[in-house]
Amino acid sequence: MSKRIEITDLNVYYGSFRAVEDVSMTIEPKAVTAFIGPSGCGKSTFLRTLNRMHEVIPGARVEGEVLLDGENLYGPGVDPVRVRRHVGMVFQRPNPFPTMSIKENVLAGINLNNKRMPGSEKDELAEQALRGANLWEEVKNRLDLPGSGLSGGQQQRLCIARAIAMQPEVLLMDEPCSALDPISTLAIEDLMNELKDRYTIVIVTHNMQQAARVSDTTAFFNIAGTGAPGRLIEVGPTDKIFSTPDVKDTEDYISGRFG
Amino acid sequence: MTKPVLETSTTEPEGMLASDGPDPKRHGDPVFRGFATGAGILILAILAAVAAFLLFQGAPALIADPAALTEQGYGPFWAWVLPFIFGTLWAAILALVIAVPIAIGIALFISHYAPRRLAQPLGYVIDLLAAVPSVVFGLWGGLVLAPAVVPLYTWLNQNLSWIPLFSGQVSGTGRTILTAAIVLATMVLPIITSLCREVFLQAPRLHEEAALALGATQWEMIKLAVFPYARPGIIAAIMLGLGRALGETMAVSMVLSGSANITIQVLTSNNPNTIAAVIAQGFPEAFGLKTNELIAAGLVLFVITLAVNMVARWIVSRRAAYSGAN
Amino acid sequence: MTTLTESLNPGALTSGRLPRMAEPGILVGAAITGLTISALIAGGNIALGVVLAYVIFLVTIEIVARIVEGPRQAADRRARSLIVGAFVLALIPLGSVTYEVVKNGMARFDVNYFSMSMRNVVGEGGGAAHAITGTLWVTGMASLISVPIGLMTAIYLSEYGSRSKLSQSITFFVDVMTGIPSIVAGLFAYSLMAMLFGPGTVSGFAGSIALSVLMIPVVVRSCEELLRLVPNELREASYALGVPTWLTIVKVVVPTAISGIVSGVILAVARVIGETAPLLIAAGFTASLNNNPFSGPMMTLPVFVYDSYAHPGIPPQAYLDRAWAGALTLIVIVMVLNLTGRLIARRFAPKTGR
Repeated sequence: MSKRIEITDLNVYYGSFRAVEDVSMTIEPKAVTAFIGPSGCGKSTFLRTLNRMHEVIPGARVEGEVLLDGENLYGPGVDPVRVRRHVGMVFQRPNPFPTMSIKENVLAGINLNNKRMPGSEKDELAEQALRGANLWEEVKNRLDLPGSGLSGGQQQRLCIARAIAMQPEVLLMDEPCSALDPISTLAIEDLMNELKDRYTIVIVTHNMQQAARVSDTTAFFNIAGTGAPGRLIEVGPTDKIFSTPDVKDTEDYISGRFG
Repeated sequence: MTKPVLETSTTEPEGMLASDGPDPKRHGDPVFRGFATGAGILILAILAAVAAFLLFQGAPALIADPAALTEQGYGPFWAWVLPFIFGTLWAAILALVIAVPIAIGIALFISHYAPRRLAQPLGYVIDLLAAVPSVVFGLWGGLVLAPAVVPLYTWLNQNLSWIPLFSGQVSGTGRTILTAAIVLATMVLPIITSLCREVFLQAPRLHEEAALALGATQWEMIKLAVFPYARPGIIAAIMLGLGRALGETMAVSMVLSGSANITIQVLTSNNPNTIAAVIAQGFPEAFGLKTNELIAAGLVLFVITLAVNMVARWIVSRRAAYSGAN
Repeated sequence: MTTLTESLNPGALTSGRLPRMAEPGILVGAAITGLTISALIAGGNIALGVVLAYVIFLVTIEIVARIVEGPRQAADRRARSLIVGAFVLALIPLGSVTYEVVKNGMARFDVNYFSMSMRNVVGEGGGAAHAITGTLWVTGMASLISVPIGLMTAIYLSEYGSRSKLSQSITFFVDVMTGIPSIVAGLFAYSLMAMLFGPGTVSGFAGSIALSVLMIPVVVRSCEELLRLVPNELREASYALGVPTWLTIVKVVVPTAISGIVSGVILAVARVIGETAPLLIAAGFTASLNNNPFSGPMMTLPVFVYDSYAHPGIPPQAYLDRAWAGALTLIVIVMVLNLTGRLIARRFAPKTGR
């Protein structure tokens, strides 16, 4: 169920401003791909175009192609809502629904979409998703309590459980650990390692150690200056990017000379 | 995790992204959006309808032959309505003269003088004034306030009658335009207070602290750092209070024994009536062209308050635009 | 540094200040003087005494402060005294209204009052049952009209209308609409009914329409404000689960803000339930119970109060007693609604966890 994403000549605009310029790359299934780069280089924007979440921002639009196992996300007749059911997303700050219990949060994708499903199947799905997010043991006795009562790290894993309960092919993670403490971060990183057996995982991170720890492939984005669009500078196996990158900028960034 | 449910039901056919099959849920979006937009447009339509219906129903009085109006109505429209326009403006202005200084005082008390812990409860107390229905104020004004102010009015009349306002034969019942204005002032007080309080609280703290650090007393600080910043807000609050005072019906109609004369004496029993009160008092018994004339008077009132409110809102929005506060 | 410390000889920071107890002392003195004068010349009129005491206090503190502390401090004290005075002054009508309404309203705040109408009642007895039912009908139907329109408009403004021309003009005109005089709303409903069903048609429903005109803008403003408080992250979370916009609004945004919306609606009801003028015109008067809002005049509590006051029979006392009891009922209803609204807003506000 893990799928390959091929991006060709992708440009992202906010109104007349070009935020991301000419990105072409392939994201492999059953692997973790990390996007790194300085702030404002367009990596989060680019990530959002992979499930058309950028369309939530007024004035944002895309030129180019994103193929999910050969099918263009931006093809005619493609419904962004359906795209998002196949490409899940986890955000920077944990955002469980405050009005829902832990269990309802996990099943939010099913319930919110008015999907009918027998109760026993729902229970099983919730348990599977929570197990998949390594959260089951911690919350199995309080499934009916509000999700906002959990710690930040638990909330984030709850959000991951919520995303994988939708049975997506791809999981996008936008700096999922930036609001978490080191212990919770470690838990999420371990989880990513397990999840990549089943999903295509793309993660945006500011933390280069994290990219080095969890990812198989790393893509480095950069901007030439303020107001210039973000560009993909280099993409390759993580080992190579962190040891012998081809481009000087990448090396400078990795070694901490800027950014 | 031998056979996860997660992986059972995901065998969708090729082309799963394109919405080829009918998905009933997807019709929800345009429909719901349509309802929301429609509700918004409906509000604009209602406002337009208010003006249109008043115009339709008031028109007969505006175009009718004066002779017919004299015979069946209150007489020629503009001559009939003019004293009431005066009364409406006069009562509202008197009310504001009383209410504005007090409202600014209260707002300052809550924002800058009262202990911080007390500020919010005190705000609630003033808001309670706004919650009292106008008919209750009318009852109180007519049965409690009016008799209570007679001695004061007599004294004012005896000692200050060289001021035109206080001249004339003092009313024995206390039901004068000044009493009505006091009741109106009580009713617009909370509106002006709450808006002023808001702008006073938004005054930049840094400026206030800078003024205090220069050795200003608290009052000097308020004059220096709060008032200049808050001036547009205060003006807007006054305008909104004015709009409310112009349109208030019951308090005036229950307190004032008004008639159709134009005078600035505030203590006598000859008082100009207000448009709203004339409508409330005359409408239940009116028929034919009288009804049309009353509705036309309502249209005049609508236009006046609309103008006042639009100016007020315009000032508010202009202030919001350059202060960057929302 | 040394020069500064030298210049601050002992007492430099305290000299030229009135002692702490000076102000309260002067206040007490002024109060005694004022009340005494009033007792001597006006037979102990309390209002006069208080006014005199306040004036004496203002003058004395001005003189004392000017001599001891200088004009700037005197101005500061004057401003503070006036500001505190303004606040106390505003409490007088509030206190007086509450006191009089409770005192006079209790006379007829009895079982009959809530169980009988005024049908065939002349003089004493009777009650406001017909008016209370009428108020429930009219306000209830006004809420049924206003809440959907108001909430949907608020949803349009906060979720769809991002700064479009239409949403800007709706916002502006909703603000303008809050300023429509209530009697004009009544005339509108009357004219509407007159054109649809012939002149002189009054009914509970016409009253509801009039109240809706007043209620809708209040509902829109409070709902819009609350919907905008819902964090965007929750909308994004929902979109990312492949939930269409409208289901996101219905199932995530609105439920998150629901306590505030409910409290906003309650406060809006509290605002219109005491409206008199529009009902006077659109719903009319009657002495009998009328449970059909679509036909015939329907009495409402505020109109009942007004009618009992403005057109009393002879002797008038029974009518005035009923008016006061009606005022008390109204105030109780409004206060209960206000408290409920505020409580709901505070108690059930969603905890976002940060």
